[in-house]
Amino acid sequence: MPKVKLQRKSTWVDMTAMTDVAFLLLTFLLLTANFIKQEAVTVAAPSSVSEIKIPETNIFQIIVDTEGKVFIGMDNQEKRIELLDLIANQYNISLNDGQKKEFSLINSFGVPIEMLPSFLSMPSETRVMQENALGIPCDSINNQFKEWMRFARQVNSDLTIAIKADQTTPYPKIKNVMNTLQDLRENRYNLITTLEAMPEGI
Amino acid sequence: MAEITSSKGSGKKGKPKKLSTRVDFTPMCDLGFLLITFFMLSTSMNKPQTMELSLPSKDKVTEEEQSKIKESTAITIILGKEDKVFYYFGIGTEEAAPEVIETTYAPDGIRKMLLERNLEVATQIRKLKDQFANESISEEELRKRSSEAKDNKMAPVVMIKSSDEATYKNMVDILDEMQICSIGRFAMVDITDYDKVLVGIMENPATQNP
Repeated sequence: MPKVKLQRKSTWVDMTAMTDVAFLLLTFLLLTANFIKQEAVTVAAPSSVSEIKIPETNIFQIIVDTEGKVFIGMDNQEKRIELLDLIANQYNISLNDGQKKEFSLINSFGVPIEMLPSFLSMPSETRVMQENALGIPCDSINNQFKEWMRFARQVNSDLTIAIKADQTTPYPKIKNVMNTLQDLRENRYNLITTLEAMPEGI
Repeated sequence: MAEITSSKGSGKKGKPKKLSTRVDFTPMCDLGFLLITFFMLSTSMNKPQTMELSLPSKDKVTEEEQSKIKESTAITIILGKEDKVFYYFGIGTEEAAPEVIETTYAPDGIRKMLLERNLEVATQIRKLKDQFANESISEEELRKRSSEAKDNKMAPVVMIKSSDEATYKNMVDILDEMQICSIGRFAMVDITDYDKVLVGIMENPATQNP
């Protein structure tokens, strides 16, 4: 039998095409991406069949965590400073420009107004720590949340209210928030949910 | 100047050596995919979904508006603790104690009951959706006609009463059921003491006779 001689082939693979694909994907991702914003607390939103997407701009987000602590966030950095000025005036607190700048960079926060100056002075790493997630007072005696909402509406009249709460948040806490909003004649909300498939045959 | 080229050749013919133009792209490819991975993990592609909810404004709720609900079409749903749901037909008055039924959030629980009650509207909506899927009606028309269908006077009016032990998930789930069952008229109502008694009886049948 004649010896079968295997021809040695080069292991060289042309990577050019693959690189092209990789960078094409990269470009696509870069252009379509919206970065995950850091929130004051992480909550697991319940799922629903609703397919309505949240609007991109003019959102006033209310986050209610498992214990019912309220956090708020508003988009548009310029409006944030306007809002902060109004609130500072109302509660007679003085903030310097640095603190105002910091405030405009925070996506969501939840501290009582009295603590706001010291909260804004701390480095951003300690700001996200658990002991600083105090929540905005939202009870009948001291309803600072109501003031925030009132001024936010004053600053930006096109605001859409988005409520994001954890699955296990007790209903009375949510009701309290909604009652406060109703007091301000805010009657339309968007409840943020995750997508769930519509059941078949309905 | 011609001598320079032959400096390396040392006696051989002055033919320039052909260098391969091939570049190894493997590291660049690695880098590309690394960046892709990073961006995939740090971005959120899909925007969160929302559920739109409108509550009546506080100063507008009057007696006459509440009395519009007909006893025959009303269904009261009470969200209890530990993911329990109770419902009864009618608006629940003390003169005629309603029969309270306990159920679950499962498809064969509250959804089945609501669909049975709302059969007419649900079938209409389903037909409209089928038509939309077949592209025989436009999206605008679908929206218009489904809101007309939901406005049916015979369709049930659901009152959602949530007890203090219920969670936010329960609330979203029940609102979701309203959407699944195509119920156009529903309202979130404060729980009354009487409803609490009714649910209390359901939970502890032993203490039924007060």
